[in-house]
Amino acid sequence: MAIDSSSVINSSGATTRFRRRRSRRLSESIVAAVLMVCAAVTILTTVGIVAILLAEGLSFFGEVSPQDFFFGTRWTPLFPSAGFGVLPLICGTLLIALGASLISLPLGTLAAVYLSEYAQPKVRNILKPILEVLAGVPTIVYGYFALTWITPLLKSTIFPDIGVFNALSAMIVVGIMTVPMVSSISDDSIRAVPASLREAAYGLGSTKFEVVTRVTFPAALSGIVASYILAVSRAIGETMAVTLAAGASPRITANPLESVQTMTAYIVQVSLGDTPQGTTVFRTIFAVALTLFAITLIMNVISDRIVSRYKERYE
Amino acid sequence: MTTDPSETSFRSNLFNAKLGRRHLTGSIFGVVALLGALVGVAVLIIMLVEVWRDGIRYFRLEFLDLFPSRKPDQAGFKSAFWGSLWVIGTTAMIAFPVGVSAAIYLEEYAPKNWITKILQTNISNLAGVPSIVYGLLGLQIFVRGTIGVGPSLEDLGLNDFGRSVLTGGLTLALLILPVVIVASQESLRAVPPSIREASYGVGATRWQTVRHHVLPEALPGVMTGTILALSRAIGETAPLITIGALTFVAFTPEHLLDDFTVMPIQIYNWAARPQHDFQDLAATGIMVLLIALLVMNAIAVSLRYRFGHGNGR
Repeated sequence: MAIDSSSVINSSGATTRFRRRRSRRLSESIVAAVLMVCAAVTILTTVGIVAILLAEGLSFFGEVSPQDFFFGTRWTPLFPSAGFGVLPLICGTLLIALGASLISLPLGTLAAVYLSEYAQPKVRNILKPILEVLAGVPTIVYGYFALTWITPLLKSTIFPDIGVFNALSAMIVVGIMTVPMVSSISDDSIRAVPASLREAAYGLGSTKFEVVTRVTFPAALSGIVASYILAVSRAIGETMAVTLAAGASPRITANPLESVQTMTAYIVQVSLGDTPQGTTVFRTIFAVALTLFAITLIMNVISDRIVSRYKERYE
Repeated sequence: MTTDPSETSFRSNLFNAKLGRRHLTGSIFGVVALLGALVGVAVLIIMLVEVWRDGIRYFRLEFLDLFPSRKPDQAGFKSAFWGSLWVIGTTAMIAFPVGVSAAIYLEEYAPKNWITKILQTNISNLAGVPSIVYGLLGLQIFVRGTIGVGPSLEDLGLNDFGRSVLTGGLTLALLILPVVIVASQESLRAVPPSIREASYGVGATRWQTVRHHVLPEALPGVMTGTILALSRAIGETAPLITIGALTFVAFTPEHLLDDFTVMPIQIYNWAARPQHDFQDLAATGIMVLLIALLVMNAIAVSLRYRFGHGNGR
């Protein structure tokens, strides 16, 4: 049992208590400062990323004009007759992101509608985690799968002319791995639609299909669009699967049966090679990464904006 | 407008509910949606079966006890397996304390002002940065010791980090930090305010409250989130390739400043070779990697079930 402290007051007791309180206040503020420093690490990370990409990127642009970089159509930095036009890499990246979204957006949306409107809770509790496993499988596994299973399958069935490295197999696996981004986030936002809207629609005699297509889906549209943007942004930043499946041939093409090179795959290629640091060729990876970072950042910010606007509407 | 004659007896010609057809559309749509959901599941199953079929040939104990080799029959995963354990261990030692502290700051200490808002927005944006960009960050800061301006520590001969386990662990720690923070914040938020109020009520300070009451309650959720984040880190390849992790290593790391390779890099190295035998070795490597992931996830889930009472998600 605690003894009432007031009954044991004497001069020395009071001093220790006072001292203890002072050291306690000191340690409290030390702890708070340490915690704050840990939170500040995230800010330092961002600052570090931006500073490094800008510093190396700008010194690259001192050697190669931004105009040649952004509008050039020949990307051959590793050859003696170097061409520093990034368009082939951007084209390869967008080709794969576009193809992937043709798979992930419809499949993810259908899965989200099924999970949120049709599935029994029991089915949902099994299906949703299984779909999320797709996003947890390391991307190198998808790369292996594309290279050793999807490409041979395509070659033996529909496209006999397909190359060992091709954009199509990369599109397929990147599409599949981004399905859960669309399905989980869209499912969450469809389920966040107030029950009253759904009930009102049913009360008017709507069928399930009508409730989904005319009430809940439009009401959740901003969240769904945000999930689309996130999925595309993830597809753009995807690295190992496209490096293994799509190869290393930078070219401007819309033919998915050919090998292409993405921005990320180029960075991997240079990192694995023996290009000496500090050269113009080595700095290309920072210029490419700066471009990649800018594209994904813009997409993520747009998606964030959409989500926060959507939140305001129902709170 | 066509009308069903049987319905005209009690309904006006202008209103036709077409209920049967509408319900049919609804059911068909439900089936299509289910099929859409099942495509992902099917691909997952095919992928696992294929990896199993390709990889089972080399799947035996020596695989973890042999170093990579030019001869497929004598090649193994030892350096990659231990390299991954070292790097992930380092990542955990850094990301866990820093991430949890940052989450505690944001949830329990930070005033609700614009600085906190910027911190929070920044964390969610960091989670969307492509992992390869973190690799470039690690390359410059930890390997070369520079932020882009002025001479690098490496040029001055002052940097010992090199392409070591420590560099890899630090880089991956920065990569998963946003995930750890967000997961920890969620479980801190799930601790009922009454616990904090009771603690303050008996005169505890803020840190005493967090240390003795809030954190123990939130810990299972925090651990679950951290392990899931680490299971993302163990599959990461690109940032480690960018910082210059080696692709052919015939030793296991013995301290933090040793060179290393990791499982995904070794898998990439094998899969990128044209010979069929090496691709099968890659599949065996994938089996080991997936088993490691499975173990980590099982630990995370069991933590959630054993200690979690509706804590976290």
